[in-house]
Amino acid sequence: MGGVGGPEKFIVNGKRLDGRKLDELRPLMIKAGVIPNADGSAYLKMGSTEVLVSVYGPREVFPKHLTDPNKAILGCLYDMVSFSTSDRNRPGPSRRSTEISKVIRESLLPAIFLEKYPRTKIDVYIEIINANAGTRCAATTAASVALADAGIEMKGLVSSVAVGKIDGKLALDLFDAEDNFGQADVPLAYISRTDELTLLQMDGDLTSDELKKAIEMGKKACVRIAETQKAAITERFGKEAKK
Amino acid sequence: MTMTLIKSYLDSLLKKKKREDGRGLYDYRELKIDVNPIDKANGSARVKLGDTAVLVGVKLDVGEPFPDSPNDGILITNAELAPLASAEFEPGPPREDAIELARVIDRGIRESKAIALDKMCIKPKEKVWIVFVWHHTINTRIGIVRE
Repeated sequence: MGGVGGPEKFIVNGKRLDGRKLDELRPLMIKAGVIPNADGSAYLKMGSTEVLVSVYGPREVFPKHLTDPNKAILGCLYDMVSFSTSDRNRPGPSRRSTEISKVIRESLLPAIFLEKYPRTKIDVYIEIINANAGTRCAATTAASVALADAGIEMKGLVSSVAVGKIDGKLALDLFDAEDNFGQADVPLAYISRTDELTLLQMDGDLTSDELKKAIEMGKKACVRIAETQKAAITERFGKEAKK
Repeated sequence: MTMTLIKSYLDSLLKKKKREDGRGLYDYRELKIDVNPIDKANGSARVKLGDTAVLVGVKLDVGEPFPDSPNDGILITNAELAPLASAEFEPGPPREDAIELARVIDRGIRESKAIALDKMCIKPKEKVWIVFVWHHTINTRIGIVRE
């Protein structure tokens, strides 16, 4: 956000630099059940942003004193592989990845029936394998599919997307140049089935009217993303049933 | 570590020249190699051998050579056994098995002279290419080192 040396114009002849319309998502592909070891897993590709998520659990809590007798606890770990960004990034947790792990966990929590799994822990492990903006959104969307793949009961799928502002206009699902040099970025997560917003962050400047419009734009996109998530789960369990 | 029961079962299969996963004695698991799947890496590969899957990325950088090899490039190898890949892997800094894996991969590349480190000098004693080889295990059964 607000970096120097970005492109002069982000919108040329009504189209964005990657050829998309303002309210168009990048091509989205989701596959469930990609890691045989995990209880649930998903692979997601959104433009060139790629993420792998695996879910382990519900399983025994370790260390034991963290056990909640009334419900499951959710662990979430977001990590970028060191060759996923333009500059090589140091392995291990950073302040950024710690924040993102926390907000992803909190955006998934409201969807899960934790009280169904007392005294257990559900672990969500996220690896960003190629980063081109929108990694926290891609990770949230993929994590929700991985949780469904693990058979964790949820009240709906959590879908996530970012809405930004480029050349004074709202645009859906920013890619890296727009994210780095644009005017605003609003990642949000949404359970379309229950109409609940579970994540809303904002970086940059938006008027309150623009923010309202951005949220509406994001919610609409999340409904479309949820369709792709459902298709991935249907494909996975269609296959299972045939076995 | 194999339990006696399984041992005798495997033994009886072997006598019929069969294996537990349905392969014959000399059959390799299905091998799939995907070259350069990661566009942010300078080079990358995704390799699947049966259910075992790894992702390896290479990043290049320029830096100062080691004082004892002023004309050679530098090879740095790392291996991550991320908790994503198995319930037995825990988050945190690399443990001994990950370090062993990284060092074995390092020796494989270095001692086979697969990379001509002596040709990666830009300016002796000052500037050389550094090659970072990063290994990520995605799913594991057995035999990560080989793969």
